[in-house]
Amino acid sequence: MKKTIHGLLALLLLAALVIGSIGCSQSEDFGKAATAESRLRVATTTSLYDTGLWTYLEPKFEKEYNVQLDVYYAGSGQAIEYGKRGDVDVLTIHDKPNELKFISDNYGVGRVPFAYNYFMIVGPESDPAGIKNMTPEDAFKRLYESGSGKFISRGDNSGTHSKEKAIWKAAGHADYAAVKSAGSAAGWYLDAGSGMGPTLQKASELSAYTLTDAGTFLAYKSDLQLVPIVDQGAILLNVYSAIVCTKSTSQDMAQNMVTFLTSPEIQELIGKYGVKDYGLQLFTPCAGNEPAS
Amino acid sequence: MAELWQALKDAIHLIVSRDPEVIDITWRSLRVSAASTILAALICIPLGGLISFRNFWGKRLLINIIQTLYSVPTVCVGLFVFLMLSRAGPLGAFHLFFTPTAMVIAQTLLIVPVMLGLTISALSGVDKTIKDTTLSLGANEFQAIWAIIKEARFAIVAGVLLGFGRAISEVGAAWIVGGNFAGYTRVLTTAISLYSQQGLFALAMALGIILITMALVVNIAVNVVQQRR
Repeated sequence: MKKTIHGLLALLLLAALVIGSIGCSQSEDFGKAATAESRLRVATTTSLYDTGLWTYLEPKFEKEYNVQLDVYYAGSGQAIEYGKRGDVDVLTIHDKPNELKFISDNYGVGRVPFAYNYFMIVGPESDPAGIKNMTPEDAFKRLYESGSGKFISRGDNSGTHSKEKAIWKAAGHADYAAVKSAGSAAGWYLDAGSGMGPTLQKASELSAYTLTDAGTFLAYKSDLQLVPIVDQGAILLNVYSAIVCTKSTSQDMAQNMVTFLTSPEIQELIGKYGVKDYGLQLFTPCAGNEPAS
Repeated sequence: MAELWQALKDAIHLIVSRDPEVIDITWRSLRVSAASTILAALICIPLGGLISFRNFWGKRLLINIIQTLYSVPTVCVGLFVFLMLSRAGPLGAFHLFFTPTAMVIAQTLLIVPVMLGLTISALSGVDKTIKDTTLSLGANEFQAIWAIIKEARFAIVAGVLLGFGRAISEVGAAWIVGGNFAGYTRVLTTAISLYSQQGLFALAMALGIILITMALVVNIAVNVVQQRR
């Protein structure tokens, strides 16, 4: 009899632990009840995250709108997929052609640019392919024809990867798959399959060129053996936009995020971000307007 | 080498200074993995007993399938749970995607094969005469199963500990179904993954040291309880 009681008590304790563990994890976070609707989910491109901008903005947003913000780290391609499924409420990405398609397919409410900077091709100081100060299109042409410098691609359907494909097209190689297979076979084209920060690290380790946004490069520069190689060219404009997802069940709060990012106070903070630590603006604010390059 | 030494120093500093973020993710790692281990044990021990005790057509095949599932990649389990729980998926209405509960579900699914397989192995290692003796003393099927489970308890607990180890060390499923949100679904393993992606190698290793230390504490605790019996 005693053993059965002990057994039952032990079982009850276990059950309590299990229920407590699961229940606890839903309502933690400083005592706030965390139903699905009191959290806002933003899928952000890796370059906005690796620079630390989101870590900087997140507490400000949470305080102002009294909501828990969850920032999901993904390439723009992955972010778009999550937006289509309704698993995130807002996208902050930088892939204009795919953003416009997202909206025309009725997954997004509208595209609101809020900041911009420029892409650049970075690489080893020795510049093995001799592409320094060329235009981006010519630089890519030289890389393809000479094969004398390694190039690392994001390879992850991100906004940066999209821009890379656009530059290949402008350089006369509209068939990206052909570039990739020829380059991989010849050994100079490498597919990293990773976010901006990790890809920069790989480029540094392998003394390779890569396409990067200026913000992430500046944030990581001190740890990298890479220098800017090509940074002039209209095609290098990099615009970050916020898009509310139509499948979001938190439309109002999602709209608040857009308002927040384009508000004068936050626009000013975005413009100042990084100046103290890196000596340069990482992002230029543009309050809802497409920058004129 | 310098980074490893720095990692050890960082780990000690993080523990001693009671860094709130580290406490948050350590506690969450423990809670999520403990919950999934307990859930899996509640499923696997009785189920393992039934499978082991009874003879039925396809029993050998079932055990083979269970053992094959030991090798299922954690990322695949994560993907499967994601497709189920996503808003666009069949169970989307429960809003479980990107929550710690989803992580518990994924980890439980991940470790059930291991725990089930090891429970069955443990039980089949018990002397057959025990089963016959209990039955001849008038026990019904469930009492007999329970007696055999008690006989094999050390081996079964070893299986439970292995399940806990697999749960607490996995990254793929936790990242995909949890999202690695700071302060909500970030655990030690996903934090280690993120920090190493950002080049913060010493910090990542420090968290790894903390994770192993925690696993050590759990193991010692379980062993102490076992020795007392």
